[in-house]
Amino acid sequence: MSNLAVTKRKKPKGNFWVAVPFMLPALVGLGVFVIAPGIRGVILSFANYNVFTGQADFTGFANYIRMFQDVRFLNSFLVTMEYVLINIGIQTVVALFIAVLLHRFTRSHIIKGIVLLPYLISNVIVAMVWYWLMDYNLGLINSILDALSLHKFTFFSEQTAMPSIALINVWRHMGYTSLLIFAGMQAIPKDVYEAAAIDGASEWRIFRSVTLPLLRPVLAFVLVITVTGSFQIFDTIAVTTKGGPVMSTDTFSIWIAREAWGNNDFGYASAISVFLMVLLSVIAFAQTKIMSANQSDLDR
Amino acid sequence: MARNSENTLDDAKFRLSTPTRIFGYTALFILCVISLFPIYWMLRTSLSTTRLLFENPTSLLPSHFTFGGFERVLGMATEKQAIAEGGSGASINFGQAFLNSIIVSTVITVCQVSFSAAAAYAFSVLKWRGRDAVFFIFVVALTVPGIFLLIPNFLFIRDLGLLNTLPGIMLPQVLMSPFAIFFLRQFFLGTNLSIVEAAIIDGANHFKIFWRIVAPLAMPQIVTLGILQFIASWNDYLWPFYVGSGDPSSTVLTVALGVFKAQTPQGSPDWAGLMAGALIAAIPMVLLMIFFGRRIVGSIQASGVK
Repeated sequence: MSNLAVTKRKKPKGNFWVAVPFMLPALVGLGVFVIAPGIRGVILSFANYNVFTGQADFTGFANYIRMFQDVRFLNSFLVTMEYVLINIGIQTVVALFIAVLLHRFTRSHIIKGIVLLPYLISNVIVAMVWYWLMDYNLGLINSILDALSLHKFTFFSEQTAMPSIALINVWRHMGYTSLLIFAGMQAIPKDVYEAAAIDGASEWRIFRSVTLPLLRPVLAFVLVITVTGSFQIFDTIAVTTKGGPVMSTDTFSIWIAREAWGNNDFGYASAISVFLMVLLSVIAFAQTKIMSANQSDLDR
Repeated sequence: MARNSENTLDDAKFRLSTPTRIFGYTALFILCVISLFPIYWMLRTSLSTTRLLFENPTSLLPSHFTFGGFERVLGMATEKQAIAEGGSGASINFGQAFLNSIIVSTVITVCQVSFSAAAAYAFSVLKWRGRDAVFFIFVVALTVPGIFLLIPNFLFIRDLGLLNTLPGIMLPQVLMSPFAIFFLRQFFLGTNLSIVEAAIIDGANHFKIFWRIVAPLAMPQIVTLGILQFIASWNDYLWPFYVGSGDPSSTVLTVALGVFKAQTPQGSPDWAGLMAGALIAAIPMVLLMIFFGRRIVGSIQASGVK
């Protein structure tokens, strides 16, 4: 940590009461809108909550037992996994490619800005624009296929809807992810590349044997962020397929929202939320462990 | 990171072969087209007549140019006109929604960044026992997924009687964000402490030091953080949908767009109107990119290295 310079000059006078007014709003925010609801969420997951009377009847593990027996649980799990694998898999490869392009061929801030632009546009708008581009009757993509006298493609059928939505979000996030990776590439010392260039290594070889291994910690960080976000996919589906057709895009978030606001079953929805949070923590923990297992590449 | 000493491999030592260069520039060009084209298509569609979109669906120019889409979305068209052009006759008050989005995003940004900056000061320049432990709680809060807090926070806002009000939408975001505290603390830690000590000897209190010295020195980072937060609030959908969609006075733009789309009776949506609304919602972000692009790009890179 870089705060050594600060902590070294220790003046351990109890400045606590000076600090209180500075952090009071933040502490209240943390207590009221993170810690308290966190506890309430866990409590609700063990209860049958009546939204109209506000009364919670405790039912033990009933919500959890019901969840694991619910056919929608396995469906949501598989559908969410399908989304995350397609979304993260393609997005990471594309972003790596873009990052190499930015690293090797340009210094232009304008190009970086253009690549990042989709990320600034709301999920809802991005979803609608692509829903329109992919429309079966009038959408541009199918109109072009039609003009070339090829078969039209149904982008939002039971089989194709989830991959289509995953690709839409690749478009929105590829620039953002590539900038994070690009920043990591800039931290790789130039002399490593010089040595490789003198040895006459090819572009592909340099990428595979220099860039990729040295990028590992950054990739680990990027993957933790993007995977956590990806698991919570909601907006894009909410304004396009709403979970359908035939539950083929019924991810955890969509299911949670439907149980809560559709069926007024806030206790059950809370149990699913708790499960999702535990799942995300386990995945984030495992990722950090695996990706930094032998992190001796570039000790700086 | 110094702006003009970017560690990019494009100087003479790394001269690329001509075919590689052609490949690289072509790929960059295609990348820019892929990034920009859907946004152009939004504009093209918004200036078309919905009813006649089928006539030349692959033309780069609007199909039967009209401002009708914008007029419908802004409530300037009569229902008869709207239906004649292929609209649904549905009306959403986009003017109100635009105003709501501006209020929500501005209030959240200003309050959250100010309070987070103050907290970051307490976790960096000030020294007190237990400081790092308290800060660690905020770091843990950074990792709590939003979907987990959605339901209990919704119930809390409902208990307060703030459903379908703008304060209900803003409240959970106003007091702090763990990311903002984390981000600003990094910069405050770099404050030259001898200036702070000199100011204390001169009799300044910590409010003055924060307000007059530390915050102004970190102003570029504070502004950058504000821009990022404004974008995030502007684009938010899930929370304002469940908390505010019940009343036009608390419907923000993203939610209004969703409602506008859902109002279409079965069959094809009013694409021109929808794209006009989408464009209106996207334009502030495009403007931010044009004016602050370099800064936004820089801040995202910085968040990647840290």
